[in-house]
Amino acid sequence: MIPPAFDYTRPTTVDEAVRALADGGEDAKVLAGGQSLLPLLRMRLAFPELVVDVGRVPGLSGVREDGDALVIGAMTTHHDVIGAPLVRRHAGLLAAATATVADPAVRHRGTLGGSLAHADPAGDLPAVVLAMDAELVARGPGGTRTIPAREFFVDYLQSALAPDELLTEVRVPKADGWGFHYEKFHRVAQSWAIVGVAALVRRDDGRIAEARVGLTNMGGTPLRAYACEEALSGAGDAQAVARAAQEAADGTRPAQDTSASPKYRAHLARVLTRRAVLTAAGMG
Amino acid sequence: MTETVEREVGRARPRKEDAHLITGQTTWTDNISVNGLLHFALLRSPMAHARIERVDVSAALERPGIVAAFSGRDLAEGLASMPCVWPVTEDIVMPDHPPIAVDEVRHAGDPVAVVVARDRYTAADALEAIEVDYDPLPPVLDLEAALAEGAPLVHADKGTNRCYTWPLKTGEDFDAVRQRAEVTLKRRYHQQRLIPNAMEPRAVVVTPIAASGEYTLYSSTQIPHILRVLMAMVTGIPENKLRVIAPDVGGGFGSKLQVYGEEAIALAVARRLGRPVKWTESRSEGYLATHHGRGMIQDIEIAANRDGTLLGLKVDLLVDMGAYLMLITPGTPLLGAFMYPGIYKMDAYDFTCTGVFTTRTPTDAYRGAGRPEATFAIERTMDELAAELGLDPVELRRRNWIRHEEFPYTAIAGLTYDSGNYEAATAKALELFDYDKLRAEQSDRNERADTVRLGIGVSTFTEMCGLAPSRILRDLRYVAGGWEAASVRMLPTGKVEVVTGTSPHGQGHATCWSQIAADVLGVPFEDVEVVHGDTKAAPQGMDTYGSRSLVVGGMAVHHAARKVVDKARKVAAHLLEASENDLEFTSGVFSVKGSPEARRTIQEVAFETFSSHDLPDGMEPTINAEHLLDPDTFSYPHGTHLCAVEVDTETGQTRIRSYVCVDDIGKVINPMIVEGQVHGGLAQGIAQALYEEAVYDEDGNLISGTMADYLVPSAADLPDFVTDRTETPATSNALGVKGVGEAGTIASTPAVVNAIVDALRPLGVRDIRMPCTPERVWQAIEEARS
Repeated sequence: MIPPAFDYTRPTTVDEAVRALADGGEDAKVLAGGQSLLPLLRMRLAFPELVVDVGRVPGLSGVREDGDALVIGAMTTHHDVIGAPLVRRHAGLLAAATATVADPAVRHRGTLGGSLAHADPAGDLPAVVLAMDAELVARGPGGTRTIPAREFFVDYLQSALAPDELLTEVRVPKADGWGFHYEKFHRVAQSWAIVGVAALVRRDDGRIAEARVGLTNMGGTPLRAYACEEALSGAGDAQAVARAAQEAADGTRPAQDTSASPKYRAHLARVLTRRAVLTAAGMG
Repeated sequence: MTETVEREVGRARPRKEDAHLITGQTTWTDNISVNGLLHFALLRSPMAHARIERVDVSAALERPGIVAAFSGRDLAEGLASMPCVWPVTEDIVMPDHPPIAVDEVRHAGDPVAVVVARDRYTAADALEAIEVDYDPLPPVLDLEAALAEGAPLVHADKGTNRCYTWPLKTGEDFDAVRQRAEVTLKRRYHQQRLIPNAMEPRAVVVTPIAASGEYTLYSSTQIPHILRVLMAMVTGIPENKLRVIAPDVGGGFGSKLQVYGEEAIALAVARRLGRPVKWTESRSEGYLATHHGRGMIQDIEIAANRDGTLLGLKVDLLVDMGAYLMLITPGTPLLGAFMYPGIYKMDAYDFTCTGVFTTRTPTDAYRGAGRPEATFAIERTMDELAAELGLDPVELRRRNWIRHEEFPYTAIAGLTYDSGNYEAATAKALELFDYDKLRAEQSDRNERADTVRLGIGVSTFTEMCGLAPSRILRDLRYVAGGWEAASVRMLPTGKVEVVTGTSPHGQGHATCWSQIAADVLGVPFEDVEVVHGDTKAAPQGMDTYGSRSLVVGGMAVHHAARKVVDKARKVAAHLLEASENDLEFTSGVFSVKGSPEARRTIQEVAFETFSSHDLPDGMEPTINAEHLLDPDTFSYPHGTHLCAVEVDTETGQTRIRSYVCVDDIGKVINPMIVEGQVHGGLAQGIAQALYEEAVYDEDGNLISGTMADYLVPSAADLPDFVTDRTETPATSNALGVKGVGEAGTIASTPAVVNAIVDALRPLGVRDIRMPCTPERVWQAIEEARS
């Protein structure tokens, strides 16, 4: 398909990028890996007047340690996230979930920051950073601010970023010692999840001491299954996990589309949560 | 004696075509660029059904870079209605089908206006400047409701949505047979609409020579020859001034066995402007504008005795024609009419097919075209009957199929199957599949009430292919014939040109025809070039569809090459001063029996013929030859497909655990190409069972309008296939070949659905509508539970 006309700029520093966004206002869009924006342009679902390509801004990709957290540059590709030893060691859930994103071509172009800023509840990574209690670092004309993941996803395809803010980093607390699993349910390999469940489990003395469950595609934003998390606390066997998982869909508002009905999605959320938690807890 | 040494036929030659395809040295239609090329874009209806009150293109014309813009009415003059060449009954309703809608749009995507610009982007942007006033009319979407009294009409002037009703009754009266049957079983199946997904979208380029009124039409088509004839009729351009070229064509699956409005529009615009023009569809545009496949409701009734003996079959089809009749829309389901009884013997067959107009994209041939639907119905029903009778589904088939010693066998629907060995193919498949072991595992899982159930699906199929016999096509009221043309030219340097009327778009004809010609002529495979897809270079042909190319076109190459050898023999005998009868011809060398030193190669003969210094008296100075072949029968590939699935009863997810197919396609020219055809066919058949469906909302909008919603599976979604063959040569042609283009698609869909139902039968599930999505499977389990 043919995208509508737009102006294009390719800044070489974060400050330049932020200035370009500020000048462009509501009509400017950031182009990172292009795996979400380009389809929207080509299908004429987005009509930005200015596209700010941050692909040549140095320093926006890579993974480093900062105390108890990993700092992942927003422009780090999915492929590089999956392969990063630091991510594998301290944020296995993120590596595992990223490996399920789309197909190899998309994973080589698409970026972590791009997929989070796109704020698609059907994307795999929003629910994962939500479950990991990550923080998102944005730069705007007024400086840098840090946004907790649970405040970042505002609505369908809408993040807390202001039009003149650029997402620069994702800070992921190290989850050393936590069991993890991402359970993705989709119809063909490259399609979006009908439902996905990101589970993190800390065990103590054979019981689940603490659990975090992030839900993909169960509403307008990625969601945490807080009621289920609470019910999981103290669960010591598969039956207890199964009981807690019955609460996984509580408070969710899944959509109706060509893949599934809300009722089926709610059912899947419960089944997949049970499976994800059991696997994460090593009880499967 | 002519000794054909088969060094090439049967050999897994890497395809000649691939080097240029995989290194990007291709000529797709969209790659073609000429000086002064203009690009056009089409404004398409956003509504399923509406009266066009007004089309105003003036604002688009004012945009920079826009060269011209036309409404349907502007272009109507000089363009006839788009052709349908298969009026299946005398009283068929044939509505008018303008290339661009004039008064009314009848499906979402029906074109209403065209803009012509200096580049594609400008054309696409200018579409938003065209103003159209629509007066909405009710959509017609439900096949049964469409036939009811007082239903809104797709074509009001025709007074009905019924396109035709086509009956076929053979053998005994079905009602009488039903009376004496111990068991009868009725089932209703839905063949969902499918959207063909050729790798290369459609594209058209027209280059005119205004002064002489000559036009070259490049199109991503399967049928350059048919297209030329029909475009001459639609546009009034004399046929001898119209050249059609199908350059590299990236797949079709039937979707390019079509004559499209965009081709006529391109010619009309090029004629108006005297400038070359191009149009290339986007994928989502193609989903609206390229014909769809399948789309029917099947009511099936089968009558049998308790021992499983089949007595009769009744088939009642309601087929979604879509909004218009395209090239062979009405005939497509009838390609299955003779195939519903499959490989089984029975006494009565009663078939009725009713075509129904709806406000959706027209349907037409899609890989298998009528035969996958037929095979699905009989093979699903055989599994249902086996369950009803408590018989193993393989055993039920064994009790009813035509035994190998009974061939040639005239089946109940009237076709005579020349050859086959269903016992052999089935025995081999059962062994490869480890049928008994899987059945044991299935019982075990059922006893344990396992969350994941195992199911086994069987599909024993045959198909009629090699669309040829012109007289049968006449009897079916198809307008054209079914012959194919080939010529073989021995060049002075000993190289060979094979000119074929088939039009490959992925099949590998250049490789296979080279193999056939190389064997007959005794020349190296590398010395043969195959010319195709250009009405100036390959002027005669009936093109490529319906698994016809090898049995008709490939055999025509074989016969033409034999004629070359016959002519060369005359020259060689003359040069060697021997009698023709004393010459042997082996591996490209003529030699005199008993004196092997007296010899001439066929290449030497070619040069001697070129110089013509010493030819037999009265002989024309050529050994080139042409052959037009019109076989008098179809060919009948068959096979046994077995599928094992694991169904997760909690989520409804189906995983294909193993898939075995043993196909009998007769003699094989190139096993590697056959393997590829089978794999691709299986993928498409499995896709119908599990993934693909064109979904419309209640207003008639296509909501599975992109590849994000219309799920085409990739290799990651498919199992390893175990493919094998038995080889029962066709008796209807000299090479014993049958064709393989559609076998996998035809056989696999029922094998998968049978397996899913087999897995869930202990839970009370009897059927699942295709595609068997996880949600539908889960719902079926939930309903059976309650």
